[in-house]
Amino acid sequence: MATGSGRCSVEPPVFGSQTGQDPIKALYPMVNEEETPLPRCWSSKDKYSFIGLSQNNLRVHYKGHGKNHKDAASVRATHPIPAACGLYYYEVKIVSKGRDGYMGIGLSSQGVNMNRLPGWDKNSFGYHGDDGHSFCSSGSGHPYGPTFTTGDVIGCGINLIDNVCFYTKNGHYLGVAFTDLPPQLYPTVGLQTPGEVVDANFGQAPFVFDIGEMMRELQCRVRTTIQNFPVPDTHGQWQTMLHRMVSTYLVHHGYCATAEAFARSTSQDFDEELTSIKNRQKIQKLVLGGRMGEAIETVQQLYPGLLENNHNLLFMLKVRQFIEMVNGTDTEVRGISRSPPRPPPSTSPPCWSNGRTPDPLPGTSCSAGSSTNTTSTTPVIQQHTSVIQSTKSVIGGSSSSGGGLSSTATTTTTTTSTTTTTTTTTEELNQRNSAQDHCPGSPATTTSATNGATPVIHPPPPTSNTSSSSSSSSSSSNLQDSDTEMECVETNNSSNSSHLHTSSTPPTTTTNITPQASNSTTTSSSRTVTVQDSTSVHSEAAHSNGFSNGFSRHIDMQDDCDEAMEVESSSAGGRKMCGGNPAAIERMLAFGREVQHMSQVLRRDLGKNDHNKKILQDAFSLLAYNDPWNSPVGWQLDPLQREPVCQSLNSAILESHQLPRRPPLEICVAHTRQLINLMSRSGLGSCAFASVDSVLGTPQ
Amino acid sequence: MDVEHSRAYIDQLYSNDSQKCFQAVSELKFAVIGSVREKGSIIEQGVVVRLLQILRAPDLDVLLKTEVATVLNSLAKGLPEHASALVQAGILPVLWEQLDACTGGGGGGSSSSGGVYTQMLLCCLRSIYRHGCAPPPPAWDHKLLSTLIHHGYHPPSNQECVANILAHACKTCEQQQQLVEAGGADLVACMLCSPVTRVQLPALHCLTAMCYNNERVSNVMATKSYGGKAVPDLLAGLMARDRPREMQLAAATALTFLHRAGALSADDPKIIYKTLQCLVRFCRRDREVWERVEAGNTLAYLTERSIHLQRTAAMTDHLILTMNDYLKDTTPSTPPPTPTPATHPISVSPISCRQYDNPSTWPELMLEAALKVYASLGANDEDIRQRVIKTDGLMNTIVASLSAASPPVQLAAVRCLHSLSRSVQTLRTTFQDHMVWRPLMTVLKTSTNEELVAVSSSTLCNLLLEFSPSKEHILDQGAVEFLCGLTRRPHPGLRLNAVWALMNMAFQAEHRVKMSILHHLGTDQIFRLLSDTDVHILMKTLGLLRNLLSTKAHIDQIMQNHGKEIMQAIILILEGEHCAEVKEQALCILANIADGDVAKAAIMSNEDVLKKLMNYMVIPNVKLQIAATFCISNLIWNVEEGAAERQNKLREMGVYKLLQNLMTTTDTGLFDKVKTALQQFH
Repeated sequence: MATGSGRCSVEPPVFGSQTGQDPIKALYPMVNEEETPLPRCWSSKDKYSFIGLSQNNLRVHYKGHGKNHKDAASVRATHPIPAACGLYYYEVKIVSKGRDGYMGIGLSSQGVNMNRLPGWDKNSFGYHGDDGHSFCSSGSGHPYGPTFTTGDVIGCGINLIDNVCFYTKNGHYLGVAFTDLPPQLYPTVGLQTPGEVVDANFGQAPFVFDIGEMMRELQCRVRTTIQNFPVPDTHGQWQTMLHRMVSTYLVHHGYCATAEAFARSTSQDFDEELTSIKNRQKIQKLVLGGRMGEAIETVQQLYPGLLENNHNLLFMLKVRQFIEMVNGTDTEVRGISRSPPRPPPSTSPPCWSNGRTPDPLPGTSCSAGSSTNTTSTTPVIQQHTSVIQSTKSVIGGSSSSGGGLSSTATTTTTTTSTTTTTTTTTEELNQRNSAQDHCPGSPATTTSATNGATPVIHPPPPTSNTSSSSSSSSSSSNLQDSDTEMECVETNNSSNSSHLHTSSTPPTTTTNITPQASNSTTTSSSRTVTVQDSTSVHSEAAHSNGFSNGFSRHIDMQDDCDEAMEVESSSAGGRKMCGGNPAAIERMLAFGREVQHMSQVLRRDLGKNDHNKKILQDAFSLLAYNDPWNSPVGWQLDPLQREPVCQSLNSAILESHQLPRRPPLEICVAHTRQLINLMSRSGLGSCAFASVDSVLGTPQ
Repeated sequence: MDVEHSRAYIDQLYSNDSQKCFQAVSELKFAVIGSVREKGSIIEQGVVVRLLQILRAPDLDVLLKTEVATVLNSLAKGLPEHASALVQAGILPVLWEQLDACTGGGGGGSSSSGGVYTQMLLCCLRSIYRHGCAPPPPAWDHKLLSTLIHHGYHPPSNQECVANILAHACKTCEQQQQLVEAGGADLVACMLCSPVTRVQLPALHCLTAMCYNNERVSNVMATKSYGGKAVPDLLAGLMARDRPREMQLAAATALTFLHRAGALSADDPKIIYKTLQCLVRFCRRDREVWERVEAGNTLAYLTERSIHLQRTAAMTDHLILTMNDYLKDTTPSTPPPTPTPATHPISVSPISCRQYDNPSTWPELMLEAALKVYASLGANDEDIRQRVIKTDGLMNTIVASLSAASPPVQLAAVRCLHSLSRSVQTLRTTFQDHMVWRPLMTVLKTSTNEELVAVSSSTLCNLLLEFSPSKEHILDQGAVEFLCGLTRRPHPGLRLNAVWALMNMAFQAEHRVKMSILHHLGTDQIFRLLSDTDVHILMKTLGLLRNLLSTKAHIDQIMQNHGKEIMQAIILILEGEHCAEVKEQALCILANIADGDVAKAAIMSNEDVLKKLMNYMVIPNVKLQIAATFCISNLIWNVEEGAAERQNKLREMGVYKLLQNLMTTTDTGLFDKVKTALQQFH
């Protein structure tokens, strides 16, 4: 899965405080000035030669002969009026009416002849001071308003919703002058006799006319239009849909109690399992607490195969874990820096006990680490067996209820002490894995055998070797799969779970557990399932799809952990890298190498990925500073940066459950935002007053 | 409806068993809610008397009384007829009495049931007053007002009721004053700041009712503030364009009334920018009819006096053209597509309460509003007047409205005509083309509405100006007789206009016209007018005399016939206690008389008058001195027959010497007159 596909809905906090400083920008908050800059002064290029500019191109004076109308001269503003202004307004003060006061104020399109007053030509509109007439693309005017002369302030407004133009004189509204205006008009003034001087105010100074109130009226109107928009609603479907959107949103983000209460009060079915919400909530808490290692581990336990199938996601998590190590919040470094290591929740009886042979891909370092204690410092090969081994121990644990728990608890205590080695081994393992890519083996027997075996015994090196090769081969096939066509993986996944569905009841024959596994491994895996079924699944009330299976049993324990987690959610205890502990730093560095290696593997297998490269670079850059928190890359250490990671992970989990990766509500909001952008580009002025944020009530 | 059944609970109402009675009232409540027919039927059956009896009974439970008040409130919410039936049944004194008792008895810590009862009583009062048919509370005694105002502070539901009651009950100048004295201004300021629209809106209406045409109250109101914001600023805030439309309009009306009562100047940005623009905005085509009418009327009132506001309004948002729409909308009398007001009650100020109930009257209301706006706009500025006159079909509409429409529209049409008649150009052209004098004279001769006649006669004054071509036609219509009759009316405004019109008529008029005036008016009436308490009438009568006594031939002829009476009248004025302007006019008449060949004798023969003239020559008032000197110089005018004789007589009386003394004057005007006079002496 492409992790960088813009799923972070948290806006970068950089642009927040810029409004208010620029009064012109503040008038038109919905205008994206990168796409459509606002007119801020007269253009020194787009003008007739008889026009002179001064005072930052805001003052216009006439410098021609002014004998007759052939000496008329105009100037346009630098940019056309963006539609996203909704209501655009500028004022012109007549500094001097000159000889005859033949001044025109108005609008014109790009390319209209500048040797003319505004209003005389096609796509040009003006209000003239000498006779008070309005000129609408025509040489002859219509009586419109009063005349204007020295000292008067004339305002020109354009309502981009109704496409009409109005004028004001000295703050008094003169009424609509032109209708059915074309798009992309520029503020324009024209002068014709010597001595005429006018000053423009594009919003840099307060206006004489109260345009703000008019804007509020339009805003109010647009809001009413939206609110009163007729929705074809037969049988209350609309209402149901809205309820559905809200409740899916709550479920998505794990607001368990709220979701329940909402479902109750709207008398909806509440079919999402609480367990699933709670699990996700737990993972979220871990991520948001900066305890990435544990988070990854938990995900692997609760959602086996998820990370294994989603390398980019796993990579992102790992990078984040690295950052959290620097931060000193990740459990691995924390365990070192702060003496009493608490038993991480990962060691509670893993949920993937019901048959998933976990993919021994690079991502499994943590779970691998937890088991290394049994295999002590034995490198590489044993690493692989350990994966299987942990499976074994788990199976044992689950079958022999409480016993397994205590044993695993002790394992982790040791894990922390041996972490350094583990990482190195993992790294090597990864290299090795990739080296061994195409070693076909026959792991079937061994795997099933070890699976079946309850006691914790180091598997003999050769078998483990083969198993490793098998897994790596399967993994490689998986990688190729996802490389070429990611959709494929998804469907595989889903078919897989449905397979499991069927398999749970009777031990059927062809359950393809590891979807990536090629023909060679099918038999073995099917056998694994069989074994599994006999051991644990029977005790469960035959839960279906392997994810939810067994959750209910563990919820209590997880809840206990939750409480513990909440205490230590924040980062940066002593503001020293890895909490200042040398061992932790060691560990961190080792982990960094591991991540780097993973990135290399990813790059080789999946091709270049700029996002991955970037995040890794950013993360490693932290090491270049003594005080990473106050470095240019220090923003990564902000707990706020955990949120996108958290959301990506959450989305991936939900997606693997056939649930939308983003809640419909958020999608709807995102669509709306996009539509508003589209409106802006298509010249629909209503977009100026259709702010999603104002509807949602978020402070802008 | 099962008659037997309905009768059953009504019988129970009269039960002495309060339990049964309660049951019956409850049933009645459910029967009455939402059914206009049922309300009418219940009122017809005379149940109200019994209900009031229950309210009055001292020993009955508050719960029962509350239920009864609920029923009464429900009845009052029906048709206006229902409400007036309740009033006739004497509901108001009972409610006031109960409200008073509630507040008095409950004391500070009134129980919750008592609170609900009070609330219900207020609701009931509100529902009755909102129909606009109720008289003000008995005597408006201070205690009652204080009680009401006390209730107006606390829960929003009560606030809404109190504001509505006060808004509809406050009608006269005294009531406005009493309300302010009882603390009404503070209450209104407080309610304007309520977050509840249902409170703010009646509070605005209440403010409007309090400030209407009342300078004192308006000044108090304008200086009140709440939460650090002055009332005018609060009003401007409520007028903001994103506020509910009814609120904007109500706030604009309130500010208009504050302005007209002198509490806010026309130059105040809240008036000339905000209020004006708001009202003009509400005149636009896309608004509801009632909004347009209301806005038009208010706008006309706002701009009636200030030329500055008239000029601004005339250029704001094509107002003159917008008003033309009002005229056009009247021509097709198709029923408007908007829902009838019965289904959607309009919340307008009590001043125009119930005005919009009947959609068939809407075109007429529109027409009236537009004519009023035109009248105000064209009052002072000739440019605006010309733009108004050029409005398509306006003159035809005015002429048609004058003769055919209802009195309010006639009045508006005459007002408009009056404004337009101030334009010389219009008098000479448009009015001539449209023969406006015909319907105008018809209105004058037929109408009994004094205001209408006042404005019409005022218009007539302008039409009778000497450069107006209508003058002849009006004379042909028997204007002299009519105007002379008008001078006998008790209404001073009508007398003034009549004399004024006659004065204009007599200016440079033919002899027969003058004789006609004198004939119809009669010297008795002239004397009566000269002794009128209204100095304006006196002045115009003197002006009339002066205009009559112009050109030698006319002077001599008139003096021949009426010389005695006229001299008598002048002496009356000169001897009376009058201001200098009046005496100046009298002296000017003398000067005119002195211009006549024969008439001179009337002065010369009267030594008393001559002495008076000499007296005025030395009085320390230059204008009187000039007038007197001018008269003397007319008397001694050289070329005329018998001049030497008169000169001698006056020289004997010491006039020559007096004139010589006056040569030392610093006033150039007087100096010139004196010099001219001295030159006449040989």
